[in-house]
Amino acid sequence: MITLLFFAYLKEAIGKERLQLDASSMTVKELKQQLVSDYGFDLQHVMVAVNEEYATDDRVLQAGDIVAFIPPVSGG
Amino acid sequence: MMTLFTITDQPISMEEVVHKVIRKEAGAVTTFIGTVRELTNGKRTLFLQYEAYVSMAEKMLAQIGAEIKERWPEAEVAITHRIGRLEISDIAVVIAVSTPHRKDAYEANRYAIERIKQIVPIWKKEYWEDGTEWVGNQLETKAYPTGKPEGEDVM
Repeated sequence: MITLLFFAYLKEAIGKERLQLDASSMTVKELKQQLVSDYGFDLQHVMVAVNEEYATDDRVLQAGDIVAFIPPVSGG
Repeated sequence: MMTLFTITDQPISMEEVVHKVIRKEAGAVTTFIGTVRELTNGKRTLFLQYEAYVSMAEKMLAQIGAEIKERWPEAEVAITHRIGRLEISDIAVVIAVSTPHRKDAYEANRYAIERIKQIVPIWKKEYWEDGTEWVGNQLETKAYPTGKPEGEDVM
């Protein structure tokens, strides 16, 4: 099981801040592709963090990972 | 233990943040205070809402502190960022840097705010008179009126 976290406009688009996905050994890129086809939103500028560290598209996800979708940040 | 890098939903005390970095070796303390601006490109903000991935945001603030230590080894840094609903002129962020000499304190403080805008997972939603919008990219040069990228941003 992988936990997905959504923030800002992604959270509003999905209607919840957290999803559980029964998957493992998929890459960040494959997960993004699945979300794009399931929800139809653009993830081009969205960064991904795995277990609170920024991750690249080739990162392989394992059961228990927490994957956060980080839209362009605007703190400060 | 005193926390140097904090996300809070409470009003920020600037003095508290400053006191975290004051010490006898320091001859300079610079502070940056980010406040809520009423007018952006002629549009009037009523209030805004900050949201954060709190646990990761505090880690990223601490990472910025570590980056500053590498570049300015004598600097001490404390950063507090507020989330939740903020009114016009409320303080959103306070950065305090102390160093033996002023030049480093100015430079390190500037570095901290620029890095916050690049890597810290905090988002700002503007509430206008005629609607809302999530502020767009890291440098705040782009907004997403529909709540998501469109036009040239869409592949």
